[in-house]
Amino acid sequence: MSGFNNKHQDSIDWSLRMSEQAAAARDSRLRTFYESGSFSKETPLKEVSFVALDFETTGLNAKKDDIVSIGLVPFTLQRIYCKEAKQWILNPRQHLAEESVVIHGITHSDIDNAPDLMGVLEPLLKALAGRVVVVHYRYMEREFLNEVLIKRLGEGVYFPVVDTMDLEARVYRNGFTALCLRLIGRKRASIRLSDSRTRYSLPFYRQHEALTDAIATAELLQAQIAHRYSPDTPISDLWL
Amino acid sequence: MEAEHIEIAGFLKQFQPFSGLPDETINTVAQQIEIAYYRADSDIYQFGDEIHDLCVIRSGSVEIYRRNGDLYNRLSPGGLFGQMGLLMNNRVRLPVRALEDTLIYFIPESVFVLLCEQFEAFAYFVEMDDHSNLQHAVSGKESNNLMVSKATMMISRQPVIVESSATIREAAIKMTEEGVSSLLIVDTLSSDDNESENQEQSGEPQVVGIITDRDMRTRVVSTGISSDVAIEQVMTTDLLTLDSDAYAFEAMLCMLRYNLHHLPILDKGRPVGVIAVSDIVRYESQSSLYMVSTVFRQNSVEELKLLSEEVSPCFVRLVNEDANSHMIGSAMSVIGRSFKQRLLELAEEHLGAPPIPYCFLALGSMARDEQLIITDQDNALILDNSYNPKLHAEYFEALAKFVSDGLAACGYTYCTGGIMATNPQWRKTRKEWEACFADWIDNPVPEALLNCSIFFDLEGVWGKVKWAEQLNFFVAKKASREPRFLSNLARNALSRTPPLGFFKSFVMEKDGEHRNSINLKRRGTAPIADLIRVHALAVGSQARNSFERLEDIIKAGIVPEGRISDLRDALEFISMVRIRHQALDIAAQRPADNNIEPEHLSEFERRNLKDAFQVLSNSQRFLKFRYP
Repeated sequence: MSGFNNKHQDSIDWSLRMSEQAAAARDSRLRTFYESGSFSKETPLKEVSFVALDFETTGLNAKKDDIVSIGLVPFTLQRIYCKEAKQWILNPRQHLAEESVVIHGITHSDIDNAPDLMGVLEPLLKALAGRVVVVHYRYMEREFLNEVLIKRLGEGVYFPVVDTMDLEARVYRNGFTALCLRLIGRKRASIRLSDSRTRYSLPFYRQHEALTDAIATAELLQAQIAHRYSPDTPISDLWL
Repeated sequence: MEAEHIEIAGFLKQFQPFSGLPDETINTVAQQIEIAYYRADSDIYQFGDEIHDLCVIRSGSVEIYRRNGDLYNRLSPGGLFGQMGLLMNNRVRLPVRALEDTLIYFIPESVFVLLCEQFEAFAYFVEMDDHSNLQHAVSGKESNNLMVSKATMMISRQPVIVESSATIREAAIKMTEEGVSSLLIVDTLSSDDNESENQEQSGEPQVVGIITDRDMRTRVVSTGISSDVAIEQVMTTDLLTLDSDAYAFEAMLCMLRYNLHHLPILDKGRPVGVIAVSDIVRYESQSSLYMVSTVFRQNSVEELKLLSEEVSPCFVRLVNEDANSHMIGSAMSVIGRSFKQRLLELAEEHLGAPPIPYCFLALGSMARDEQLIITDQDNALILDNSYNPKLHAEYFEALAKFVSDGLAACGYTYCTGGIMATNPQWRKTRKEWEACFADWIDNPVPEALLNCSIFFDLEGVWGKVKWAEQLNFFVAKKASREPRFLSNLARNALSRTPPLGFFKSFVMEKDGEHRNSINLKRRGTAPIADLIRVHALAVGSQARNSFERLEDIIKAGIVPEGRISDLRDALEFISMVRIRHQALDIAAQRPADNNIEPEHLSEFERRNLKDAFQVLSNSQRFLKFRYP
């Protein structure tokens, strides 16, 4: 997988991009999703609606593996709304390997009666619509959703995300702080979800349960913004 | 589909008033929660803000202020605020700031109102909470989290695990990658080779051992063992673990007691985390556990002496944190024991390795885990049967002197009765000790027993500590079968009696005489410990702590159960009065002692002390009747 760009890339105009994709979409569910649009790039963070998203999967290869469970929770800079949180267990098309069972604890009997992704696509896209999706490591959630939809619908999906791992990498891998840390001989800081949370004094949560990870990601973004950005920072500084 | 918030519900369940709610209610509450993060020093609520949630601190801490800017209260994880605002027209009356980076769970007003309506205890708690907060309104005192929160609170990450078949190298790599100082080792039983086991357990990993950084140094690197050997060859197998239900202070006691640096926590046998000393220190920065680990870093008697000045403040802190007498007694005993252990280590450095194996014994209150702040040293030595006075006497005399003088320097005064290892009479071989105990038990002479009851509370603190256990076992087995011995021991236990009560500023004795002060140890806790010891020996109990002995006595059913719980309450109450007054003495920079002047007792203490003395008096009468 590719590394992180050192140069902060030019931000995409997602508002425009979403309406173009709406015009091109064949599936009506995707069209409705794109039509709900996105925020203009100047929108201050304090006015943005976010939704934290996390997948548990059968493996790490988006081209081959499939999604086993989805957790999401809508939030703003002010509050995370557990009441509107959602979690689905899915029946993946890919065999559930023992190694992944160990990680997420979802077993064969759990998925036997679970629906296929197509069964929850509509409520899923509805929950994401009109919000900026927040993930920890964008190559996971965004790539997976794209690939599994290409397999099922013949067309993928693409939308703006804020990647909390990328925000950590900007500081601890590429930024000035990282340079200072390297100069004084510190070892590379871990930017994994739980280690990143520890840096902001966020509590320890058990990992690898999609909904808990989604909440953990939402809390992390609130903390990152509280420490490093301002509520008036435009969304275009964060999204990718 | 309604999502389940396992993590949130699991957190709430650990704290009052949620701990009293049914699970399904907690799950519903968790589903309604909103969360927000606040940076240190940022405002959460300002005066006059509208408020529509009950707030629970998930992590970090907050400070609540009066309108004039004075600090009103300081709360830590599990703490609640906002209830007053909710009950008062939805206006914030006392502003709240984040003291550290803080995560808050907000429970919406509608849920709060419903909980108050449906659960009386919940309503009572949120309303009463404010009154008690008013009472301890900031004197800089925080509530003792260790006493009320669960051990799982201190877990800071998921346990790192390897299979027992992994090699030492694989284990070391895993520890390095994960940046941990300990590794749990599991055996996954496959379903065919454990047919005798419970079917549900098949495939469940069982924790079989632990390996730590230190083990890697002492058992691997320094021994030169091949790193291709399976990790199970070098791991620690007799593993102490705690259930996830345990309280934080139990975890602390367990780690103190056994000087553990890592304590695995299991949930129904499944590992959920490992608590390290650093977790506890982080939780309670000046904890007694920290004190213990510091003891082992002192390199001379002088350094130990300097550190011993910290023992009193540590004691006062525990009292201020509302610890109970068992916890304080255990903490003080462990600290005392560590001083002893470190002194023995230093003694062996000075004198060279011991010529024959030995076991250093603690006697009396330290062995019972009931030590307080002023205490003399009671100790003895068990020597290997190969002991030859001509060859070895000099070494052990020097060793005993080193430890005894060291303890005296650290504030543990010499035993006036001469019960110390420096006394040749109390340095005996294993055979001699057995013969000595056998003689006390077989030929009980009241005068001889008077001075030796302390020997029936013995514990090995250094060296071959197994010998002490074996001696305890020998005594427990033998004593229970000797009514004449028990009867003599009982008679001794009656030699110290409690007073009748108090009158004006005097202690009132049974014969109507008045005194100016009372020694709460001699007239209260010591006679209770004495009579509990008689029952404990009668039922063959090997426990040493009085509260634990009471448990064994209840199980044996020789004393009516109500009487035992009265006795437990009496011991706890008298101990706490004694402890509190010592803490007051220390705080006022007076020498602490066991004497209390009735004028310094509150009405509440006088009344309850009188009841406690009554319980002791009745129990003594029962003892006379039970062991005639």
